Amino acid sequence: MKSQVVLERVTKKYSATTAVEDMSLEVGRGEIFCLLGPSGCGKTTTLRLIAGLEKPDSGRIEIGGVAVAGGGVWVPPEERRVGVVFQDYALFPHMNVFQNVAFGIRNRRGLRRRVQEVLELVGLRGMEKRYPHELSSGQQQRVAIARALAPEPEVILLDEPFSNLDADLRKRIRSDIKKILKDTGITTIFVTHDQEEAFFMAERIGVMRDGRLEQVGTPEQVFHRPSTPFVAQFVGTADFIDGVVRNGRVVTSIGELELNEGFPEGERVRVLIRPDFVDIEEDGEGEGTVVERLFLGTHHLYTILLKGGERVRCLRHRSRPIPAGSKVRVKLGAPARPVVFRTN
Amino acid sequence: MRRFPDAAGIASLLIFLLVALPIFAVLVEVAVPSVEVWRSIGKTLLPEMIKNTLLLLAGVGVATFLLGVSLAWLTFAYRFPGSRVLEVLLILPLAVPTYVLGYVYMATFDYAGPVHTAVRELFGFTLPEIRSGWGAMAVMSLVLYPYVYVMARAGFAQISATSIEVSRVLGYSKFETLVKAALPLSRPAVAAGMALVMMEVLTDFATVRFFNFPTLSEGIIRIWYGRMNLKAAMELAGLLLLFALVLVWLEHRLRGRARYYQRGRAEGIEKERLSGIRGAAASVFCTAVITLAFVLPVVQLLRWSVEETSAPSASFRMYMGLLLNSLTLSTAAAAACALFALVLAGVLQSAGSRRLRSVGRLSTMGYSVPGAVIGVGTLGVLSSFDRSVNALLESYMGITVGLITTGTIVGLIYAYTVKFVTVAYNSVDSSLERITPNIIGAARTLGASRFRILKDVQLPIIAPGVAAGAILVFVDVMKELPITLILRPFGYDTLSVWVWQMAAESMWGGAALPALTIVLVGMIPVTYLMRKGGVLR
Repeated sequence: MKSQVVLERVTKKYSATTAVEDMSLEVGRGEIFCLLGPSGCGKTTTLRLIAGLEKPDSGRIEIGGVAVAGGGVWVPPEERRVGVVFQDYALFPHMNVFQNVAFGIRNRRGLRRRVQEVLELVGLRGMEKRYPHELSSGQQQRVAIARALAPEPEVILLDEPFSNLDADLRKRIRSDIKKILKDTGITTIFVTHDQEEAFFMAERIGVMRDGRLEQVGTPEQVFHRPSTPFVAQFVGTADFIDGVVRNGRVVTSIGELELNEGFPEGERVRVLIRPDFVDIEEDGEGEGTVVERLFLGTHHLYTILLKGGERVRCLRHRSRPIPAGSKVRVKLGAPARPVVFRTN
Repeated sequence: MRRFPDAAGIASLLIFLLVALPIFAVLVEVAVPSVEVWRSIGKTLLPEMIKNTLLLLAGVGVATFLLGVSLAWLTFAYRFPGSRVLEVLLILPLAVPTYVLGYVYMATFDYAGPVHTAVRELFGFTLPEIRSGWGAMAVMSLVLYPYVYVMARAGFAQISATSIEVSRVLGYSKFETLVKAALPLSRPAVAAGMALVMMEVLTDFATVRFFNFPTLSEGIIRIWYGRMNLKAAMELAGLLLLFALVLVWLEHRLRGRARYYQRGRAEGIEKERLSGIRGAAASVFCTAVITLAFVLPVVQLLRWSVEETSAPSASFRMYMGLLLNSLTLSTAAAAACALFALVLAGVLQSAGSRRLRSVGRLSTMGYSVPGAVIGVGTLGVLSSFDRSVNALLESYMGITVGLITTGTIVGLIYAYTVKFVTVAYNSVDSSLERITPNIIGAARTLGASRFRILKDVQLPIIAPGVAAGAILVFVDVMKELPITLILRPFGYDTLSVWVWQMAAESMWGGAALPALTIVLVGMIPVTYLMRKGGVLR
């Protein structure tokens, strides 16, 4: 896969804080890539660096094989051919839908046709004469996307594209948007703090924390093989229990797991436990106590207090509820390769 | 701290200096008072002027508060015959300057006027003299109450319906709800409205002159006009300025940390229906206020205008001349204010620094300063400027150019800008806020050059706000009297000056058409306000 966007050791500092630190990243042509992380982790700054709305303090950026920043090169945003969909959409309030979408189209001759084409794509034909304030927020977002797509940019960047939509609308719109992006085959980088959104939309995800990329991988990789405890917790429900390495296995208070990685004998480690790894059974002699039960419709989510004071959560499907306070036996139906972190 | 003098800082500092200069000039004068000035007016005139000013503030304050709040509550909490129309029409008197209503009332209710004469002839007794403090207070309250009315309604609308309903559930009557919940909660809004009333009261000199009730503003004009004593006028202006500053401080205290918000609709609570006698009484009350403050004077002005113009004469050409002068001044001042406001707002929004922002806010302080103060202050600044330029030219080149700015249109427009730049600033500032950094970012990533962003994005977005600000200044300058009177070029009459001069000479008819024109122009912002459902800018 050819790289469409390349960041090489990019750093951006504001007076007191470092927003992006030593970030390297490659996004392939036609790929939908997501930067995932908590607020303030530098994801939006990364987008702005790619768009040229911020200048990196060091490092290089390349778009479509051409250097746009770093090494004495600076290509301003108006020459980068990057489409941006801002979190607040930033539509031009004094222009109607047609004028907004037409704004970035250079080729004046095919202009009308191109606007119609893009509006067709986002399902807004017939709305040309409307002004932004006359549109719902979902429609405004589509205009923003159409406007960004219209000049046929090399890359499209979306900043928290769904955060201004209410929950109901969000689910509907994000599959529409995904389809639009896939249909156009455009390279997409979007930013979100919502792991579910990231999983739904992205082919690859980069998890960010404090200005650094913690891990880059497919949704499955990030979920099943998180490279740090932070990633594990950020992309799903995660508990950690202590263990010790013995004979290529890791021994914990609730069972032993096979280890494939080379940990030295006797090393103390933390084992990632997802709620679906754990099963419980009522047992008066059991090592755990149910402290909380949450009814989630198809599932129950139990919180279990283990003898040593550790807690794990357990997801049980279609089963008779076990009341809080019950003693339970905990079984680990763990995956073939458990995720294990060194204890610092 | 940011590196100091950058372009933004210098520009805003310059504007600030320009705007503040006349006001500082007055403060400086009062800091070094001359003995003979105060001796000449100190014994008799000064105590009376101060007493009258305070009485007027108190009288108009109480009257506009009662009138404004009661009308606002009546139309906010109740429904009665005609209430939908009346609640909008109640804003109308805002279009009538105090001196116009003052002159119409004086002409109508004076001892020699039609009402007095009729009552004397029909009933054989004499009505109380309208040329008094009471008369002045009544007239001013009638046209100034809408400030309180509009702000109080905005305040009521902001209070959540629940807090009013909670009070009702707790067993309070509607009236108790007003006193115990609605009024305290809308205090910031009412305080802002009252402050506007007080500023108008301090600024007015014509109405009080008509009614023989000399105040500080009136004194400044009299001393300047009668004795041509600029020094004395400026010192008196310093005193008046102190009054204004106290008012600003008071409003600040009253408003507290709360802010008043302008958006919102007066549909918060279920309106109670007033029927029968009570409904009729409410309708009559509102109608009476509108009639007294707007309908009667406008009808009277119309009558006089028709009488005056039915005999085609030089007076019409005269009128056209006045209109042209007023339009020239208003247009120029509107353009100047819009330009200054644009620079100021643009500079301040792009500059993050807090200190710079407070400098900017200071540059808009002129609006709370009475017109007479700005008038003589500007005169002081201009005449020292002219003197120094002349001295320089004479000593170096041996030529005398005479007055350059004093008594010219330039000086006049400068003073208008000092007073009204705030009006334009507020409007321009809020329109600039619509251009978010992301909008510029969007335009740039779409390939727009700096020039195209300016032409296709920034200017079109702010244009309506700039236009609105300019229109507001235009209207304000059209009505303006004290500054115009003090600074106008010799023999340069405007509509407002003409109304004042004719009325002072008891030539009612001659003042009618110019006065009517001023009221009509004043209707522009008022109609806008009425369309928005009566929420002040």
